[in-house]
Amino acid sequence: MSDLQTFREETRSWLEANCPPEMRKPGDVAWGGRNAQFSHPDQEIWLQRMGEKGWTCPTWPSEYGGGGLSKEENKILQEEMGAIGARSPLGSFGIWMLGPALLEFATEEQKKEHLPQIVKGEVWWCQGYSEPGSGSDLASLSTKAVEDGDHYIINGQKIWTSYADKADKIFCLVRTGPQEPKHDGISFILIDMDQPGVTTRPITLISGKSPFCETFFDDAKAPVKDLVGGLNKGWTVAKRLLEHERTMISAMGLSGGGDGSKKTKSGLAEIGKKYAGTNSDQKISDFALRRKVAMHDLNSRAFGLTMQRVGEETKVGAPSPAAAMAKYYGTEHNKLRYELMLEAMGTQGIGWEGEGFSMEELQITRDWLRTKANSIEGGTSEVQLNVISKRVLGLPDK
Amino acid sequence: MALILNEEQQSLKDIAREFLQKNAPVTHFREIRDTKNELGYDEALWKEMVDLGWSGILIPEEYGGFDFGMVGMGSIFEEMGKTLTPSPLFSTGVLGASLISLGGNNSQKQSLLPKIVDGSLTTALALEEGSRHSPFSINTKAVKDGDNFKISGEKTFVIDGHTADLLIVAARTEGSTDDSSGISLFLVDPDSEGIEITRTSMVDSRNAASIQFKDAIVSSSEILGEQNNGAGILEEVLDRAQIAISAEMLGNASQAFDITLEYLKERKQFGAVIGTFQALQHRAAEMYSELELTKSSVIAACNAVDENSNDLKRMASLAKFKAGETNYLVTNEAVQMHGGVGVTDEYDVGLYMKRARVTEQIFGNSEYHLDRYATLSDY
Repeated sequence: MSDLQTFREETRSWLEANCPPEMRKPGDVAWGGRNAQFSHPDQEIWLQRMGEKGWTCPTWPSEYGGGGLSKEENKILQEEMGAIGARSPLGSFGIWMLGPALLEFATEEQKKEHLPQIVKGEVWWCQGYSEPGSGSDLASLSTKAVEDGDHYIINGQKIWTSYADKADKIFCLVRTGPQEPKHDGISFILIDMDQPGVTTRPITLISGKSPFCETFFDDAKAPVKDLVGGLNKGWTVAKRLLEHERTMISAMGLSGGGDGSKKTKSGLAEIGKKYAGTNSDQKISDFALRRKVAMHDLNSRAFGLTMQRVGEETKVGAPSPAAAMAKYYGTEHNKLRYELMLEAMGTQGIGWEGEGFSMEELQITRDWLRTKANSIEGGTSEVQLNVISKRVLGLPDK
Repeated sequence: MALILNEEQQSLKDIAREFLQKNAPVTHFREIRDTKNELGYDEALWKEMVDLGWSGILIPEEYGGFDFGMVGMGSIFEEMGKTLTPSPLFSTGVLGASLISLGGNNSQKQSLLPKIVDGSLTTALALEEGSRHSPFSINTKAVKDGDNFKISGEKTFVIDGHTADLLIVAARTEGSTDDSSGISLFLVDPDSEGIEITRTSMVDSRNAASIQFKDAIVSSSEILGEQNNGAGILEEVLDRAQIAISAEMLGNASQAFDITLEYLKERKQFGAVIGTFQALQHRAAEMYSELELTKSSVIAACNAVDENSNDLKRMASLAKFKAGETNYLVTNEAVQMHGGVGVTDEYDVGLYMKRARVTEQIFGNSEYHLDRYATLSDY
């Protein structure tokens, strides 16, 4: 038996013994943190067991608490979890964004301090990048950090900080070199949210309630040792982290039906049939809609296959050169998917709340509105197209 | 299913690229076009392709072939798409080889397949009858007459129809026009009496022909597969042919894109290289994204052939749809971004656009495959 086969069997029996029954059903994912909330006791058990094993971050080195798995082993783990319908044990910007950046840029001491906490879900991290005056032109950011003994004093405002009202800590871009050219005066720093100098305010979106917040720093403090990647070197860290963020957001295009799988039922077509009706040979009777659904399904498949191919071409842990393309295409594709659902649903797709609409219909409408942010957050589609044309295609700046 | 080439496949692709770029670059195609070459391709070049084993890639080893699979064949077609190389590889190495190996009886396979492998036989499939792909709309009739059949009707857009040594003709032996049953495939000697072949000059200067059958006599023993059951074989072969031509279309679009990208980096207007203009950069980035999706669709479809996937039909339609859409987008943009020189015969981009429109029509355009995909997905 090959090593991988042995690994598969061991993994299968470990999951069989350790994944609680409730966690084999669909449902919400735990986010951990100092004040962790669990919607079911099994959620806590599942997080604790997976965290112990390092399988919340399967490919991270085991010396930092990760699973230490190879790409092939991780694939097996994901397949075996999929086979029993196991829920992801932990949702975390620490896993998706901060961790990979720490692995690449942090000192040994910083890695030892922060990575194991992320693996075990002990700290809920949020991201402090955008500011009211610095959206696409992120490097123009003005939140200041001034050194004061063994601390930095931070003043300014961040916006679009997801879960800032729930998070324990924030990884933040701050200006430490006000005289330097804009890209060369930025540092990447870790700040505790639980202090008097930090306040947050939630933002209501066109879709209603949202996890987004504004975050205000008024003489907030962060220890000098929590600056990552060197003074005024934060832009390098930031760029890499954005690549990980793009990869994460583009995966939404996949969850929106954009997978390359062979599943025969098309979710979009089911909605089309339900609302537009079918003709005698079971085709969607609105032929213009049918055509759009088919085009969307074909592109979903092509995109899913591309994500698979890019995954095969890319080394584990490394951000892919195709990340900008994936983010651009995945988010635009997901927006289109929701537009098509609304088109199919007619007036049932434009209800806001209350009677006359099913929960599912209302959810689709809210999700449709939420998708509009997909192509803005993490770098707009236009920014992604800039990245592709310059970094991938080598088109000149001037 | 892997979506990247293995070592053997990569090496075949590298060899194909080197061979074609050295022996059959676009200037080679131009020469064939400008000298109005009777054959429509260079016989010596075809002989070399045969020597490289390309005509036998899809043929099982027991008939002298190499059984190397569609991923390998697709790689060659992608490279031929980049160089616009004319050859009978599609009509013979894909269509003929697949029709005979999937549909033929043992003696047909034994007598014909080794000849395809050694280059002594070229074939053409006479299928279409109208201006739009509709594989089972067959009016050409084959009427039983003793031990023979008499074929009457007209076929169009027969690729390599005027040069092939052997025609494979889809004719109706039963039923009415659109029935999928009642179609039989006949192996027909193009020199038989009652056959008139007219070469049609297409916009891409590649081979196609119209063929008239007037009581052409063919023996019952020349039926490929079973009488009345030709549709099943045809479907299987068309899936493969659609995938091979999609690979060529991917190469066609990739090359048109690369040429354009180079042009954007060197052409100056308003005192700047035009590649610095965001209006062009974003369009280039969108083309890149579509090319990436097309690349994945084509290799996945090639894999589906080699792995005998039960989803092969949908994968074939995915590849042809994506390749068609992307080739349309990229070749139009390539001409536009070249400006004035883009519409001159001297520059190559126009040649890629012309070839794109012809390949789009081969065995179903994007809309055909969109509809087919939806039908196969039960909506």
